Amino acid sequence: MSFFRERYNITARDLERCLGEALGRGGDYADLYFEYLSTSSLSLDESLVKSATQGISVGCGVRVLSGEKTGYAYTDDLSPEKIRHAARVAACIASGPEASPPVEVGPASAIHNLYPVVGAADQDLRAKLDLVERADRAARAHDPRVFQVRVGYADQIRRLMIAASDGRLVEDCQPLTRLSVMALARQGANVQSGADGGGGRVSLDYFQTVRTPEEFAREAVRQAIVQLDAVEAPAGEMTVVLGPGWPGILLHEAVGHGLEADFNRKKVSAFSGLLGQKVASPLCTVIDDGTMEGRRGSLNTDDEGHPTSRTVLIEKGVLKAYLQDTLSSRLLGSVPTGNGRREGYQHMPMPRMTNTFLLAGDDDPQDIVRSVRRGLYCATFGGGQVDITSGKFVFSASESYLIEEGRLTRPVRNASLIGNGPDVMTKVTRVGWDLELDHGIGTCGKEGQTVPVGVGIPTIRIDGLTVGGVA
Amino acid sequence: MIELACDIVSSARRAGATDAECTIVEGQEFSANVRMGEVENVKESGSHAVGLRALVGLRSGSAYTSDFSPAGIGKLVESAVALARVTSEDPHAGLPQPEELGAAGGDLGLYFEDIENLPAGQKIELARQAERAALDLDPRITNSEGGSFDSYYGRRVMANSRGFAGQYRRSSCSLAVVPVASDGGQMQRDYWYTLSRSFAGLEPAPEVGRRAAERALERLGARKVDTQRVAVVFDPRVARTLLGHLLEAVNGDAIYRHSSFLAGKLGQAVAAAGVTVVDDGLMPGGFGTTPFDDEGVPSRRTLVLDQGVLRSYLLNTYTARKLGLRTTGNASRGVAGNPGISGGNFYIQAGPHPPERILASVENGFYVTELIGFGVNMVTGDYSRGAAGRWIRNGELSFPVHEVTIAGNLNQMLVDLEMIGSDLEFRGSVGAPTVRIREMTVGGR
Repeated sequence: MSFFRERYNITARDLERCLGEALGRGGDYADLYFEYLSTSSLSLDESLVKSATQGISVGCGVRVLSGEKTGYAYTDDLSPEKIRHAARVAACIASGPEASPPVEVGPASAIHNLYPVVGAADQDLRAKLDLVERADRAARAHDPRVFQVRVGYADQIRRLMIAASDGRLVEDCQPLTRLSVMALARQGANVQSGADGGGGRVSLDYFQTVRTPEEFAREAVRQAIVQLDAVEAPAGEMTVVLGPGWPGILLHEAVGHGLEADFNRKKVSAFSGLLGQKVASPLCTVIDDGTMEGRRGSLNTDDEGHPTSRTVLIEKGVLKAYLQDTLSSRLLGSVPTGNGRREGYQHMPMPRMTNTFLLAGDDDPQDIVRSVRRGLYCATFGGGQVDITSGKFVFSASESYLIEEGRLTRPVRNASLIGNGPDVMTKVTRVGWDLELDHGIGTCGKEGQTVPVGVGIPTIRIDGLTVGGVA
Repeated sequence: MIELACDIVSSARRAGATDAECTIVEGQEFSANVRMGEVENVKESGSHAVGLRALVGLRSGSAYTSDFSPAGIGKLVESAVALARVTSEDPHAGLPQPEELGAAGGDLGLYFEDIENLPAGQKIELARQAERAALDLDPRITNSEGGSFDSYYGRRVMANSRGFAGQYRRSSCSLAVVPVASDGGQMQRDYWYTLSRSFAGLEPAPEVGRRAAERALERLGARKVDTQRVAVVFDPRVARTLLGHLLEAVNGDAIYRHSSFLAGKLGQAVAAAGVTVVDDGLMPGGFGTTPFDDEGVPSRRTLVLDQGVLRSYLLNTYTARKLGLRTTGNASRGVAGNPGISGGNFYIQAGPHPPERILASVENGFYVTELIGFGVNMVTGDYSRGAAGRWIRNGELSFPVHEVTIAGNLNQMLVDLEMIGSDLEFRGSVGAPTVRIREMTVGGR
């Protein structure tokens, strides 16, 4: 209880009284989510650092569960009276007689230790300015056709404390850092863009030792330059090869969301009722793992105070598990998988992904490309989206190439790919040995809440996906 | 609150800022979701935040906080001024000129007490009625993600060191239903919603539920079609997304950075002659209406496309200076940071064609009622998105379609907007009628 007790004088007794009030109308379960979020960001445009912002947001959310019902209230004032008021508002989701059940919380539970306690947020502003300026210089120096560069740097430290009526008390301090570069290149009247970014739950050293601003810059420029020669994308169903890393967004959209337990509990997902059944080719094993050190999607504890875990969602093609939060696991008689996440204290938690990836297979990635007579190779993606009920998902390829007679030939312009979640993975016919995770750029949106996530995939071949070009 | 904002501006000046602007927002939110007739969740709370932008000469820095204690405000001022000493000198940075500041007068219809006074029980009941109407419409409506009621009321306050101080209150509420239809092993969902600044302005709950259910039912039995180039008709809900892209393309930030396909095209014909697009920040009760923008410049009406000719970009003070133009009063931000740009009420003026006649004009084509994905490149205009809807045969709606893409380029799509419907409809701050695009590529089998 170090941070919130020291700064806001919140004692175990305060927590117990608030939880008692939250259950004052007969709720089954209650929790308090304390958040202290400090953020800083820099943005560079036209080689000028045009903006620098710092901010602090503090609050506490009170949640009460009563059967399938959730009551929620929050306050941005951490005085015990204001938190107790929020607790009384949330309590009204239950309609029993007034009560004051005894609640005992603590001591604090042990959690994972996946990231440095001192993140980039505490480090020197000068060092951060240096990062964005280096990225700008590198991008402009890399190719004379580059005429616009934008660089963004953002970091945050989220301190949280979760106290639950079942006695659990959890505290964590979660750093998050990201650098992004966008470059525009021009050749005659032809203007194209490229973007790259990355980071994670890391300190600033990451940008010296793991991936430098120059690498981000060169990658953004490389993509823009490739696009200058791009031809129209093809249209229609064809064989698609996905390159390793960020194209793992396929898993996130095609199967990940559909396996979140809330949708399955309500039977509105295209994957509802398919546990134990074959939903992918035997080459596919899909994992969600929130315990990978330093990664953007990783957490020592989820936003309900449960430790994150490694969950096998699909094993050799068979659907094994859903992603659970407290509410769904209570209702389904299952155990929480540490996937209860929320954007902040103003939001109710729900099942969300962490780092979602496909395990490596046995194939040589080059053989996979050579095996395709005519198709599309996708190296980089923009965003994606899924309709979890019909199962239809799309994602947009921002760098892709035609495959002709087993070779990558011409780059093609941006195109969306569309498929059907429950059967796209059954069409995976080759899986490479080159599993890669993304560089730490992913943000997932669900019901108006965004959370940082990671994805990963080895090179795979999918026999039949609809490509949305014009040619 | 105005006094607090003015005090913060004065503190920033004392701390060394040559100019400063302060924004305070406070609001109360309520939301309830009812699923299969049972209350699923209820949320009720309020919050506030204050942001400060400080300029030291031509450098600017920003900070925000939710901590309104003297210590919290002290740290806010200190951070913003400290950051304004480390950013770059930007010759175009600065607040609006004093003569540009001000607020539109009159009642803009932004705040209605009926929302603040509505009991929670009644809000939940409306969500229940709307969902009930969807579930009762047809036995094939077998499930639901629920009916929901959301409301908000709050205040926005702004003051700057050039003498501006202003505030306005806003209220809003919305009612939405997401039913799930199933038949023959296929499951489809869709949604419908109504939103208004006043409780009295909402469409009736049973109507919202019925429309949502009809839309979900219409998608049952959907299938893919062959890849082909055909005429495409957008329903008003989908046509609004096209306006959203146009709004992004005329945003002054994208223009001066050359990251818009419309950069440098002021005065040129960029769309079909029937296309007139207006940004109106003063439409009474509109979701894009404000008395002043987020820099304290009065909101106004701007003609963006006049019969296909690009007449104006949407600008704030900074982008106007970059482009040698005048601000259009479209500055926008949360509480902190340099101002960005957003539209007021942004719409295509209604055309002469009733929607039935637009459908009747198509021999073989695609009526699009839903788009998913983000496949739009604003730099090049390349457009490729996932789509669902109905096939049009001989001027009539035929079987439902899904798992296809529609693709083209926004430059060409604007020129190809050959029929504009008479059914202009606002839902939020963007308005559009049914429109017909001459031809796009449908990607399917």
